[in-house]
Amino acid sequence: MSDEIKPDELLNKIDYGPRSDKGPGNWMDTSVQIRPGMYCYAAKAESVETLGLPNARPWNPLEEDWKLPENWQEILHQGMKERLEKFRTFKVFMDICVRCGACADKCHFFLGTGDPKNMPVLRAELLRSVYRNDFSTAAKILSKVPGGKALAGARPMTMDVLKEWWYYFFQCTECRRCSVFCPYGIDTAEITIMGRELLNLLGLNIDWIATPVSNCFKTGNHLGIQPHAFKDMIDFFVEDIEEVTGVNVEPQLNKKGADILFITPSGDVFADPGTYTCQGYMILFKYLKDKYGLDVTWSTYASEGGNFGFFTSHETMKRLNAKMFAEAKRLGVKWILGGECGHMWRVINQYMDTMNGPADFLEEPVNPITGTKFENSKSTKMVHITEFTADLIKHGKLELDKSRNSNRTLTFHDSCNPARGMGLLDEPRYVIQNCCDHFYEMPPNTIRELTFCCGSGAGLNAGENIELRMAGGLPRANAVKHVHEKYGVNSLATICAIDRAALPTLMDYWVPGVDVIGVHELVGNALILPGEKKRTQDLRFEPLPGFEEEDDE
Amino acid sequence: MNQKYLIPLTAVFLLFLVAYTGVEGAGLQWFFGIVFPYVAIIAFLAGFVYKVLGWASSAVPFRIPTTCGQQKSLPWIKQNSIDNPDTSTGVFVRMVLEIFLFRSLFRNTKAAFNRNDSNKLSYSWEIFLWVGALAFHYSFLVVVLRHFRFFTSPVPSCLKWLEYIDGIVQLGLPGIFLSGVVLLAATLYLLARRIFDVKVTYISQAADYFPLFLIIGIAATGLSMRYFTKVDIVSIKTLTMGLATFSPVIPEGVGGLFYAHIFLVSILFAYFPASKLMHMGGIFLSPTRNMANNTRAKRHVNPWNYDVKTHTYPEYEDHFREKMIEAGLPVDKKE
Repeated sequence: MSDEIKPDELLNKIDYGPRSDKGPGNWMDTSVQIRPGMYCYAAKAESVETLGLPNARPWNPLEEDWKLPENWQEILHQGMKERLEKFRTFKVFMDICVRCGACADKCHFFLGTGDPKNMPVLRAELLRSVYRNDFSTAAKILSKVPGGKALAGARPMTMDVLKEWWYYFFQCTECRRCSVFCPYGIDTAEITIMGRELLNLLGLNIDWIATPVSNCFKTGNHLGIQPHAFKDMIDFFVEDIEEVTGVNVEPQLNKKGADILFITPSGDVFADPGTYTCQGYMILFKYLKDKYGLDVTWSTYASEGGNFGFFTSHETMKRLNAKMFAEAKRLGVKWILGGECGHMWRVINQYMDTMNGPADFLEEPVNPITGTKFENSKSTKMVHITEFTADLIKHGKLELDKSRNSNRTLTFHDSCNPARGMGLLDEPRYVIQNCCDHFYEMPPNTIRELTFCCGSGAGLNAGENIELRMAGGLPRANAVKHVHEKYGVNSLATICAIDRAALPTLMDYWVPGVDVIGVHELVGNALILPGEKKRTQDLRFEPLPGFEEEDDE
Repeated sequence: MNQKYLIPLTAVFLLFLVAYTGVEGAGLQWFFGIVFPYVAIIAFLAGFVYKVLGWASSAVPFRIPTTCGQQKSLPWIKQNSIDNPDTSTGVFVRMVLEIFLFRSLFRNTKAAFNRNDSNKLSYSWEIFLWVGALAFHYSFLVVVLRHFRFFTSPVPSCLKWLEYIDGIVQLGLPGIFLSGVVLLAATLYLLARRIFDVKVTYISQAADYFPLFLIIGIAATGLSMRYFTKVDIVSIKTLTMGLATFSPVIPEGVGGLFYAHIFLVSILFAYFPASKLMHMGGIFLSPTRNMANNTRAKRHVNPWNYDVKTHTYPEYEDHFREKMIEAGLPVDKKE
């Protein structure tokens, strides 16, 4: 990544006054320039084939010919028509925008790039301009009177428009921040979801989405970790944890008749620093097993909490998500517990029961240790791990030694989906504050429902689009920098696996010296396991506070 | 001059001239005073209903509110029951606040990037759009309601009260109605924003300028009739009552300015359902605002949910059985 753009060069590009190369013309007339660093590679044919999705073939976005089916315009037209009937959101959002501009400077991609087509309103107008051309009777009538064409604001679907769609619908992370400010609640995530569904009808996915989807379908998780390898990885963690704590925390896999099925994103099993979060879960479950006899199982078949199908189409989302309930049914558990992940929780909270429910073979979730009924999940029967842990802490069921995290000064990054597609705001904060001494919030306009995306969500966490990611993550990083300088914050806590994968790069780029840490890594460090040895290291094998010198010698 | 606003401006000016000269020159009072208003009202009602029914006929497959506050969770965690409602009461309050107070717009901020100093991004509260929008909509509402005095006889007392309050600032003769002045000022502000805020200029289409110019035209002709040129109110009421009672007449002594006014109003009505102005109806149907965030507690049914091909556990086990057995993982079928 030596040809990577420097932070200063990137900052120099930012200008919120849209520059139009061709004077004050209409944005509709400027054609798109697909620029390396800003786009992700095209989906591999074999990944598209796994799920039998349309038009699998090798293609390259930089080439003139995208190898589309001959009737591609017809396919898109029919696709739009069908979706306008199936989704009221789509139809209403196509009609009612007044272009007031309230959303314009709310998007992290606009704030980081200054590209006017990253204003949420224009991202939607990319679709609307074609919608008005193809579906609006009014626009058709208007086009017949003099000047009416301009008044209609419509344009036909051309190859240029298609390329523009592809470029900009893969520059949106479906974070919904704009939707908080829109007076009509127009949700660009919904627009992007529709846009990507339409693009997928022509086989125009990106590989960073298509290959995880294919892996998840076949092997049970995005990373394509096969069952025996999954077990190997877990075994590594068991060894590491034993080295740190002296306790063997070996979890159960695919165990029938367990109380609870636990599902977390496979990223937590695969790459640092997510792996430490994963170890945190394992320590917690061992503690609960030894102290209270709680029987938790993991699954290799449903070994993915995340759902890149969500970034492909509603149907693909459903096909991948089906595993969760299917596995819970097969194993005969009482309810499901879900790990720390962003879009996974939007899918569970707003889609899963509707798509793949009813989960009538499960019980309404009750925490057997505290007796708390999780009223808010009594239909879907899936509980978020921070809801679960917060409940345990509140009832004094966990023995936590905060001082083991006292070398960390923390702030918390609300992940977009749990914040704006769920409202999980205070649970993680409660857990964090019970596991550490030093916690500072970022400025109010950048947290909770106003949180800024990591810039790499919705399948955009690839390597080849690094400029896009660093630009999109700028508003987040800028707020971290603020608390880093003001309070000496050195750790950014998060409850999302994509964050754990994306934010370390972002921090190194904009705010060196800030670690990214999952909330349950903090729990894993603080939790005092029955029979543990005197801990001198944290889960990262770094010395605990008070043991630094020993380690240096 | 940008053609995005040149065309709508010219259009409104021409529409004004068509009506004015049509009446003053060609004597087409019956067309601009009777035929077109009826046509416009029919187009408005039919178009509005058509549009709303069209939206309503589309399914709502998923419950996807945008949550803007703490969810209902553990009993000791305080829920934000308006911005993240889990009951229909909460949704109702949220919708009332959206529809009557433009709550989401109230949150508006303005981002600024300070390149050379600290490279800091900052966000400041930006309330003017909210104030302008609120002023515009409410003054327009009052103006519309006040005009019902032309279509009712006797004039209901609630309208008289409204006029009394609207005219509470006693200034000149005839007394100033605040609503008319505020309407013109707010519309000019919204227009100025479109022209001078570069971001808004960039996103604006001719369809954004047209209704603004049209409303400015309506307000200007209305204000000038009331305060400057003066018109024969009694004759006008004869005409409007005729329209309201379906026994239209064209009275004597009403000039072209009035017909231009009523023609521009008719154009606005006819254009309404075909335009972005339908946000008036659409806001009620926006699924990110009018639904409760309780899908995990209460199942939402998708009317078109269909079965899909999944990769089942037996298929998965068949694929990996040997490796699973070797790794000591439990399997359902041992060969």
